[in-house]
Amino acid sequence: MTLLGSGIFKGMAVTFRNFVGSYFQRERLPTNDYSWRTEGSLPQHAGDYPKEEGEQLRDTTTVTNYSRNFPMLLHDGGEPAETIRCVACQICERSCPPQCIYIEKSTEKKEDASGKMQFYPATFDIDVSVCMSCQICVEVCPFDAIVMNSQFELSTPNRFGGLLLRRGDLLKSNDYYHKIHPEEAAARDKRIADEKTAKEAKKKAAAEAAKKKAEAKAKAEVEAGEGRSE
Amino acid sequence: MSLELLTDILIATVPLALIFSTLFAFTTWLERKTLARIQNRIGPNKVGIPCTRISLFGLGQPAADGIKMIFKEDIVPKGADRLFHLLAPILALIPAMLVLCFLPLKFPWTESLLPVQAFLLDSAVIFFFAITGINTIAVFMAGWASRNKYSLLGGMRAIAQMVSYEIPLVLSAVIVVMRVGSLNAAEIAGAQAGGNWFIFSPWGLTAFVIFFIAALAETNRSPFDLPEAESELVAGYFTEYSGFKFALFFLAEYISIFAISGLAVTLFLGAGNGPGLPNLPWLSIVCFLVKVFVLIAIMIWLRGTLPRLRVDQLMGFAWKFLLPLSIVNILVAGFAWHAQQQENTIITVITWLVAIIVLYSTAKGLNQLSRAKLKMREYKYAE
Repeated sequence: MTLLGSGIFKGMAVTFRNFVGSYFQRERLPTNDYSWRTEGSLPQHAGDYPKEEGEQLRDTTTVTNYSRNFPMLLHDGGEPAETIRCVACQICERSCPPQCIYIEKSTEKKEDASGKMQFYPATFDIDVSVCMSCQICVEVCPFDAIVMNSQFELSTPNRFGGLLLRRGDLLKSNDYYHKIHPEEAAARDKRIADEKTAKEAKKKAAAEAAKKKAEAKAKAEVEAGEGRSE
Repeated sequence: MSLELLTDILIATVPLALIFSTLFAFTTWLERKTLARIQNRIGPNKVGIPCTRISLFGLGQPAADGIKMIFKEDIVPKGADRLFHLLAPILALIPAMLVLCFLPLKFPWTESLLPVQAFLLDSAVIFFFAITGINTIAVFMAGWASRNKYSLLGGMRAIAQMVSYEIPLVLSAVIVVMRVGSLNAAEIAGAQAGGNWFIFSPWGLTAFVIFFIAALAETNRSPFDLPEAESELVAGYFTEYSGFKFALFFLAEYISIFAISGLAVTLFLGAGNGPGLPNLPWLSIVCFLVKVFVLIAIMIWLRGTLPRLRVDQLMGFAWKFLLPLSIVNILVAGFAWHAQQQENTIITVITWLVAIIVLYSTAKGLNQLSRAKLKMREYKYAE
């Protein structure tokens, strides 16, 4: 038999711990991670948003690894447009709940990073004023081409065009992805590599099986031929 | 009207308006800061003294917000009733400001003119409840005049909620009125002198808890903020308000929080009386305001803790739990008063024990009864 209203007091104890703890434990403030700054270069209060004149956190590697807001397109280094992973399959465009993605498929195929001929998005726009950061596009992408960025300070004086991110704005290298979400990027790369090796092994096995089959067929044919010749 | 009377009224009321408007600004900052800390954020910390780099923990934020509100465009929807759309925020603010006059705040400079409060009225408590009731009309007026479904839904929810919770609110105040035998706020404050507060008894504590919960619902505070539920109704009845009218609503909301906390302090927490403190006029005001702020801090703390109730839970809680409990509480307080007339220590102790048992078991039983019977959910497809 519990005391009447004890649940409320339990909840109040939890919020009180958060209230007091946020003054003493910096790791309790997950949205402000300034560990990248060297000692002494901190602004007036450690953990505050920068106060220096004109100082802005354009470098998104500065925020915590768990921050994510809008999607970005990955490329595998080098010339961004040449190594883009996206093949314009338009699955993300169709599954986007607020319909903020607009893709135009290319008319001709082009070599991708692995040398395979693929379509590529001629246009890839995301309207970040519509995007609700649900990450569904990331979940559905079969090519690991779209992931979440942690870029903030996207404010712009242009209300419509400024908030429409074009393909050039969205393209980010895989190295950048490793920089902002190290754990997630490592896990993703490992999965891609595993899938690749598994695929190759399967291919190899299939090729071997086919070879064996062909050999057996040839043998049988030879045998049949021999039989016929007899 | 003679000039002398006019100056008397001004001397008594202008400080109230000034003090509570200032406290309103401070409270918005306090609330944002506390909620931020509860959610492991920092809260406003940029705005301080203009043209300097002194930020003062963001204490300039309310002033900046106020300036922004005043200069914002005042938008009235095309289909709205312009007159009532304009009147609603004013009608919300006036009763909230008016009831402040009945709080037993003893300003030193009014001592010679008016003894205890701005308006000395024999039926202050009744008047308080009567005037705060006008707030309901203002809320519905705003919801109706906006011609917006969210506003209207918010207004309708507000009416249902405010009318329901008014009853336990008044019934819990009845305990104090029975004890003192007066509706005069000054006499109620006087009866609690010397640390003899009404909260220090089983029935007083129960009444205070009921009063506090009903006050939360009356002022649309979380967890009873259904009329302005952001996730359901955009902003409820003031969805279509912007600029200065919105600021007026905001001000009215906070002023009525002050007023109802002030009444709670008057009725149950000994008004301006601090135990062991000398009875100085300034000290009594400070003591009163400190108590009000303790109550407001608890309200903010609860807002950071509790999720919003469902509509059926809200109504069930008022009618099936608070109302019967407050009626039982009145009976208990009545019997206890007669028992204490005996002036016998043993009888008093027995009364206290019996009262505690009766009130707790009533609350527990009502809690069991009013709880919705939930069946175990059966999953048909997901296995």
